[in-house]
Amino acid sequence: MNPLLTVKNMCAGYGQGHVIQDINMEIMEGSVTALLGSNGAGKTTTLRALTRMINMSGELHFGGQRIDTLVTEEIVRLGVAHVPDGRGTFTGLTTEENLRLGAYSRHDKSSQQQDLEKMYGYFPKLRERKLQQAGTLSGGEQQMLAIARALMLRPRLLLLDEPSFGLAPLIVQEIFDIMRTINQLEKVTILLVEQNAAMALNLADHAYLLETGHLVKSAAADVMKQDESIRRSYLGA
Amino acid sequence: MIVETFLHQIMAGIATGGIYASLALALVMIYQSTHHINFAQGEIAMFATYLAWSLINAGVSYWLAFFATLVLSFLLGALIQRIIIKPVERAPVLNVVVVFIGLLVILNSLAGWIFSYTIKPFPSPFPKEPPFGWSIISSHELGSIGVTLVLLILLFLFFRFTTLGLAMRAAAQNPDSSRLVGIRVGRMLALGWGLAAMIGSIAGMMIAPVVFLEPNMMSGVLLYAFAAALVGGIDSPFGAVLGGFIVGILENVLGAYLIGTELKLSVALVLIVSVLTFKPAGLFGKNIVTRV
Amino acid sequence: MQWLFGLVLAVTAVVLPFALSNYHVFQLAMVLSYAIALVGLNILTGYSGQISLGHGAFLAIGAYTTAILIDKYDMHYGLTIPLAALICFVAGFLFGLPALRLEGHYLALATFSLAVALPQLLKFKHLEEWTGGVQGIVIMKPESPFKDIMGLQINADRWMYFVSLFIAIVMFILARNILKGRVGRALIAIRDHPIAAASMGINTSLYKSLAFGVSALFTGVAGSLSALLVSFVAPDSFNVFLSIILLVGMVIGGVATLSGALWGALFIQFIPNLADEISKAAPWAIYGVSMIAFMYLMPMGIAGALALLSRRLSRH
Repeated sequence: MNPLLTVKNMCAGYGQGHVIQDINMEIMEGSVTALLGSNGAGKTTTLRALTRMINMSGELHFGGQRIDTLVTEEIVRLGVAHVPDGRGTFTGLTTEENLRLGAYSRHDKSSQQQDLEKMYGYFPKLRERKLQQAGTLSGGEQQMLAIARALMLRPRLLLLDEPSFGLAPLIVQEIFDIMRTINQLEKVTILLVEQNAAMALNLADHAYLLETGHLVKSAAADVMKQDESIRRSYLGA
Repeated sequence: MIVETFLHQIMAGIATGGIYASLALALVMIYQSTHHINFAQGEIAMFATYLAWSLINAGVSYWLAFFATLVLSFLLGALIQRIIIKPVERAPVLNVVVVFIGLLVILNSLAGWIFSYTIKPFPSPFPKEPPFGWSIISSHELGSIGVTLVLLILLFLFFRFTTLGLAMRAAAQNPDSSRLVGIRVGRMLALGWGLAAMIGSIAGMMIAPVVFLEPNMMSGVLLYAFAAALVGGIDSPFGAVLGGFIVGILENVLGAYLIGTELKLSVALVLIVSVLTFKPAGLFGKNIVTRV
Repeated sequence: MQWLFGLVLAVTAVVLPFALSNYHVFQLAMVLSYAIALVGLNILTGYSGQISLGHGAFLAIGAYTTAILIDKYDMHYGLTIPLAALICFVAGFLFGLPALRLEGHYLALATFSLAVALPQLLKFKHLEEWTGGVQGIVIMKPESPFKDIMGLQINADRWMYFVSLFIAIVMFILARNILKGRVGRALIAIRDHPIAAASMGINTSLYKSLAFGVSALFTGVAGSLSALLVSFVAPDSFNVFLSIILLVGMVIGGVATLSGALWGALFIQFIPNLADEISKAAPWAIYGVSMIAFMYLMPMGIAGALALLSRRLSRH
């Protein structure tokens, strides 16, 4: 298996200081990777840096191609879907319009309708609300919409920023089950930022731990789960 | 007779209202995507009208010149955005205002220099005789209303049902999320400006036969368009259109019956200040809640 | 460093009128008048963040007040200036009250429409008796009370220049005192963090209206002065371009700086002439290009660029 995404010595921040430093990661194709850490560790910053939504330095390689010199739109067009923190739904547009926009950059417009149906299959609630303004959907529904929109891209890599944030446990379980399906059935590589370490480690193959802007641990998910310090700090055991 | 005159004022108001509506729509389009008010919108429209005049003067038939101007003004708008506006996209508001004004002044001066300041007549594609022998509306006024309606319908269809229109709406609402679906936001901005310039050129070509072509012809129109956009709500396209018709009718009726033509611009002023004082969001705008 | 600069400026200011032609002296006096107006605009827009595209209106009120008082009531010109200041303060304060609700571009639009509609209002038939209608009012240029001082001839132009200089110095000192103190800090707080300022107990409405009033006062004094310098007032002199030029001058000079007012005034007075020499055919196009160029190259205005330069120099 080859690394789909390679990150070398990445630093990023807002304004003068660096929030994250010397980030080195290898995301294997077909895997689910979790990026763990507490509030303020720099997890969201890391994802934003990967899609160049903020200024960053360092090298990024995606599918063998150098992407740290590209702008966000170009990176997305290569097959990287990013579900940002706050979900980033187009609140003024309808649910279906949001989904259609997900497929905007694809060249094969013909299978769009098929994919739309598939999304409604994964997320039946969205079909019910397809003509409703996205801003009126509940938190859980908006999260599903955000993920579905990202999937409409038929991405090779899916970046998810705290998908469980502010959601009821049942809904979170639903979403995580769907992510497992997507990874196994559609072969989408997933990089998941999560505060809910337990759920993330259950889904992931590999995990990184971020503390105050530095990667302090990198291990297989099972190994992480057994680690004493992780259990204490992040798993509450 | 009195009723006929009154109806004529209403009709004329609708005709000019359509022009204000178009220009107000152009203002709202640019405002929605950039949160800037394009003070130079009127001058771009004026300049485009002069381009049309040049073509017609060179012997090109009216409708050919009309459509050629649409294309030319689209290009002009897009180029202005890419070359002049883009460098100051993130600058402080005041700096951006100065750039817009610089643009206004340049276009006004260039028009005067290239085409001279003498007032020129601009042809109307519609016949001189009133339609069907009616007395309440001229053919140009009716035709103008028709053109405006076609334009508005086409724009509605474009934004509502085409992918590009959807992408432009998305880029205006949420540029960050738009990038995350692969929309080239910069291009959408240029397109938006191009479209706005095109709409402006139509407004210019429809009003020029009435007010005659000269470099300052759009300043009053622009003010009314501002009033219209504000009355309707600066971020509501539908509001801008409705506002345009309201302002057009009010201007004509008040001008004819209440205050006389000299103070017509003051109507716009009073309207603007009243709306802003009592309902800043306009009739259809969204009341923005400022988070602490 | 600043002391030296100030001294050089002071000496130049006093000596210059004797070395230049009457017309140039008149132009310098106009620069001073514009500078006062720009200080006024800066108080409102620069320091308290309320955009005004209609300050030409206060120039007009000041100018017309002076003209009418001299023309109809034979008042001494010196007396008209403080009266114009007072009237403009009230006018500004009253306009500030509804303007309170408006932010940013809404206020810009409201003031813009005031500027566009003003010439029409001034030409209004029913006010003609006072305003002189389309032709406006012509007033006599004030005479110099001294024939000469120590052998140096003080003609009317030079006299008015020194009057302007005196008033400008007074106004600048007044502005500095207002802005450096509590009021200034309150205004800046309101501009940058209005909600925080309000929750700290600053009466934002009062300060905003006061800012409008004071700003109008300064601009009114400038208008009054300009009426005396130009010797006449007419509606078309106070069109929307005047208001626009004031804003442009302020931004190019440097927002929220006092020295910027002087630079901006120099820009307003001399660049059009320069533009005219570069291109007789389309001088305003050159003017517009220079505006845009300044925004690209000196986004902090001339004062800002100079401050940056002096910081760099002081490091070496």
